[in-house]
Formats: sequence, structure tokens, C-alpha cells
Amino acid sequence: MAKTTAAKAAPAAEGGNLPFIYREYPRETLLGALRKMHLIRKFEEGAEESYMRGLIHGTMHLSIGQEASAMGICLPLTNDDQITSTHRGHGHCIAKGADVKRMFAEFFGKTTGYCAGRGGSMHIADVTTGNLGANGIVGGGLPIAVGAALTAKRLKTGKVAVCFFGDGANNEGAFHEALNMASVWKLPVVFVCENNKYGMSTSTERSTAVANIADRAAAYSMPGVIVDGNVLSDVAEASHAAVERARRGEGPSLIECKTYRYRGHSKSDRNRYRTKDEIDDWMSNRDPIERYEAQLVEFGIAKADEIEAIRASVAEEIAAGIEFAKASPAPEIADLANYVYTEQA
Amino acid sequence: MDAAVRELSYSQAIQEAMAIAMEADERVILMGEDIGVYGGAFQVTGDLIDRFGPDRVMDTPISELGGAGVAVGAAVTGLRPIFEFQFSDFAALAMEQIVNQAAKMRYMLGGAVSVPVVMRFPGGSGTGAAAQHSQSLEAWLGHVPGLKVIQPATPHDVKGMLLAAVADPDPVMIFEHKLLYKMKGPVPEGHYTVPIGKAEVRREGRDLTVVATSLMVHKALEAAETLAAEGMDVEVIDLRTIRPMDRETVIESVKKTSRLMCVYEGVKTLGVGAELSAMVAESEAFDYLDAPIVRLGGAETPIPYNPELEKAAVPQVPGIVAAARDLIRGAR
Repeated sequence: MAKTTAAKAAPAAEGGNLPFIYREYPRETLLGALRKMHLIRKFEEGAEESYMRGLIHGTMHLSIGQEASAMGICLPLTNDDQITSTHRGHGHCIAKGADVKRMFAEFFGKTTGYCAGRGGSMHIADVTTGNLGANGIVGGGLPIAVGAALTAKRLKTGKVAVCFFGDGANNEGAFHEALNMASVWKLPVVFVCENNKYGMSTSTERSTAVANIADRAAAYSMPGVIVDGNVLSDVAEASHAAVERARRGEGPSLIECKTYRYRGHSKSDRNRYRTKDEIDDWMSNRDPIERYEAQLVEFGIAKADEIEAIRASVAEEIAAGIEFAKASPAPEIADLANYVYTEQA
Repeated sequence: MDAAVRELSYSQAIQEAMAIAMEADERVILMGEDIGVYGGAFQVTGDLIDRFGPDRVMDTPISELGGAGVAVGAAVTGLRPIFEFQFSDFAALAMEQIVNQAAKMRYMLGGAVSVPVVMRFPGGSGTGAAAQHSQSLEAWLGHVPGLKVIQPATPHDVKGMLLAAVADPDPVMIFEHKLLYKMKGPVPEGHYTVPIGKAEVRREGRDLTVVATSLMVHKALEAAETLAAEGMDVEVIDLRTIRPMDRETVIESVKKTSRLMCVYEGVKTLGVGAELSAMVAESEAFDYLDAPIVRLGGAETPIPYNPELEKAAVPQVPGIVAAARDLIRGAR
């Protein structure tokens, strides 16, 4: 989501007591963020339904319930800034600006997909909007993001690299090596832990020696911030501060977004490691989209019918995206080896 | 105008190639453990930090996984990193980034990115460094589509192939035998490249084709001289690249000599020799074979410390001579 610093549009609302985003961004940006959060949820519901109907094979990891984290982190970023994403990465991809048509096409394994049908859900990426890719390896994107930040610093591009990862990744060696190097070299990178409480079935209490992932930041001499990952403004405020710090050349930060996935880890999950009460509590009382919509109405930024219009336009876009994917051509078998090496196309 | 040719050591040739690449392109950086003021564990980077500064000759922490991953991320986003593993054995710590990320990223993303990273792996036995600092692991990476894997055997080739690797848009893994670092040979000044994927016939012969890699090329050439004195004419091919392998040069040679012996330092089983043997057996050269294919590879053991055991664990000249003699005389 582009935000011009030169000629900044007037913020949506005035008033020192309002949450960050209402003081920082124009109304149009705030409604655009809501639209993308709906787009993420409806995209994933559409993908899930297509999977159930046998139109998509393999597996997928849904981030339904985590939309404020993806959107809030990406709100202060430009298309030039780069992200690395995770196996639960559909939301990051959409928040960064990808077109759901081409995402659906990728899930359907078609040539018009972002990865020409070679990657699927787990490797979804739109490089043109700065997404270096979802990753099937827990922690795999952490050093890569540090490398992107090294390029930005060395070539003085002014870009910031943002690295999404889950709570499970914080126990991988790559996490510790990446944070250490980013700090030693003062690189413009923001580490974003989306802590949804479980690495597959294992809770952070059972897997992690510190109470908060953000506590790990102290070991690498960088700021560590904990935010309610289901409150868009809180996430965006933390992201804004970390991104600005990175752009000023002051080095990396770690943000921990406390959030929750409504669905299981993947399609094989029987949900035996958490209670129905816990799931219901998050869905009923802490839903990131409902909370954001309530604020937009409360602060007079959007009316109910305007929100309804956003939902309707998202539904249309999702339906069109699925149709586009269905109608797109499958790859030729003869092209199996394309893209292994550069000379092979 | 032909460039002047000097005698340089293998490690000097690598250093010269890196310096040429860095002079020509700001995006080329070196990364690795103790490659800065220390000059690298084998003094390959030497004093390059004085010429190019610590921002381009970057000491990394002892973080092979993270360091390799940073090089991959930097390559994808616009730099041309040359990453040195202090010993090839330490690649085991970084296999995730090499195999799951660098090798596959272009494919997984449908061609949307390239990964122009070069990684250097000092390998091989003969230094008394025992089992965790002496392995020849090139076959591990040779098994991975998306990577290119090379083993230059001479100062001339290592300079030209390193410069080809830096210019390559895909990840190139260079395995350098540690005993080659001090070996001297003619090296032209200035920029030139030696193509990746092309083997070189080092010695022509009629009676037997020996395909060797890295240090074993020199042992095979020495063995061939001994056999020549006995009237046997051995052709020695320096494979130079194990992925992609040069089928044509090997197959044409075997069609000429009707015998094949593979000599390599990596563990014999499931190694480079297995691939060469299968490649020939599957080709039209099979009909030309007059004898079974022979593989001389590393023993099925870790590399031992005791110097006599260490020598016994990899092919040596007398063993190559004996095996070749038996093969040519039909004793096998």
C-alpha cells in the first residue's frame, strides 16, 4: 500500500486520542485496508471450498483470523519494499498487492498463476509487488530477508525487507543466525512473528523457553515489540515505527503479533490439541475484521452500507478470480523442465 | 592480442578471478568466515580486504546456514555474492538454504527470479584434518536439479570457471580440493571464462578412458605416464563439471578406447563414478565396451586421521596404475 511522504493526504480523522492509523492515513487508505482484509478472508474461504470440491489438490495452510497482522504490517510498505513469507502466506501476498485472479490460477496449477503452476499455495509469490515468496520450510525465509536487506543497504536502494514467520520458526537455528547477522550489520529488516500459539500442534508454552517471542530481541540488541495482532491499528503502528527505524539506517526490529488461526494447521488437522471453547472465544470476541469495522463505524469513517458495498465487491472479485483460474490453460507436460535453469526459459 | 601468461598457484588464480569480478561489477561481494583480515583459512581471499574494504569482503559470524541464506537472499535481490565455506564439510550445516532455497527458488516461482550466487567449498583429504574436515561432498549437490556443480582441477580452469560462475544467472557450487591450492600452473592475465558443463581431454590415448575429477586428474595423468612406459596408451578426461555432465566428450572417448575407468575421491558408492558408469552404459558407447567399467572411489569409511590410513581411504597413483593395467590387459 503506497503512502506518499512528500504530499501526504489528510488523515481520516483528527484527534490525539484516536488510534494510530486514523491519525496517519487518509480515509481511502483505511477503506482499502478493510477491503484487502475481506479479500484475504474470502480468498481463503474460496480456496478452501475449491479444495473441498476437488478443484485444488495438495494441501494449504489458511490464515483466516490473522488478517490484521498481514495487512497492518504491509500498510506502511511500498511496492519496492520486499517481504519474505511463510507456508501460511496467502494473506501476506494479498496485503502486499497481489491479484487474486493469478493467485487462484496458481492454486489451480495453471500457466497464468504467479508461479506458472510450479509452486502452488506453499510457494505463492508476486515478485512485482515485492513478495519474494512463501516458503515451505519453517524459518527458510529469515536469512533470505536479511540478504534482501543487505542488498538494499549495499546498493543504497532505500528499500526495507520485512520477514514474516510463525511462532514455530523461533526455535529454528535460522531465526537466531538471521537476527544476529541483521543486528551486527545494522540492516534494514523488520522481523515479524505471527504468533498464533501453535507450531502445528505444539503450543509455544511447550516449545519455547521464553514467554514471548519478542523477548528474544534482547539477545540480539534490537527492539522487541508485542502487539495485539488482531487490532489493525496496533499492528500498523508497530510496523510503521520499525520500518521508519530501518529506513533511517538504525537497524532491525522484531515485532510479535499475537494472533490466532481459526482453521487447523493444514488440511490434515483434527484439532485435538486445542479446545472448541478456545477457538470459539477467538472467533466470537476477537475477530480482526469485525473489530476493525466497529472502529471505522465508531469513528465515523465508514457507514454500514459502505462496508456492505466493500463486501459485495470483494465477493465479485473472488468469483471472477475462480472463473479466471478455471478457464486458464494447464502447463504443457513438455515444459516440465522450464525454469530449472535460466537458459531453460 | 593474447594475454600474458604467468605461473600462478590455484589459490592465487581464485583470488585473481574474484578481484577481476569485483573490479568489473560493484554488485560482486565476498562473504565467508574469516575471509577479511585473516585472509581465509586457506589464504584464498588473502589481502582482498585491503583493496575492496570490509563491506565487500564480509566476515560472517560462524553461521553457515544463516550466512548461506543471506547470500541467497542478496543474490535474488540484486547482488552477486561469492560465499566461501571454510571447509566443504560445513555445507552440511547449510544444506537447507542450498538445496531447498537456492536450487529451487527459480522453479518454485515459475521463473520470476534468478539466484546468481556462487558458493566455494574447499574439500578433500590429505591434510591430516580427519573425518569432519576432509570429505568430498560434491555428489550430494550434484544430485540437486537447479544447482550447477563444478570441480576445476588447474589454476587456469579455476580462474576461468569462477569467472563463468559469477556471470551465470543460476547458483554455481565450486568444489576446490585443498591439496590443489598450492599447485602452480599457467594462468592468462585479465578476464576469460572456461565454460561450465564442458569436460577437457587432458591426455589423448587409445587403450582406456580414465574420467577423473579434481585432484584425481593429476593422479590419473601421473598413472598414465607410468603406463605409457609399459606401452599402454591411456586417455585422461578432466570432467570439470559434474552437473550438468558433459555426455558427449565421455561417450566419444569410450567409443574410441572401448574401456572406462572412473577415478574420484568421493565415497565410491552412489557417487560421480556411478553416474558416469550409468551414463555410458545407457549410451551407444555400451556396444563398444570390451571390458566391465571400473570405478576407483573413496573408501566406505569416514576419512581417518592416521596418515597411512588416510592415504588408503582414497585412490592413489599405484592403485590407479594397477587397476588400469588389469583393465587393459583383460584381467578384469
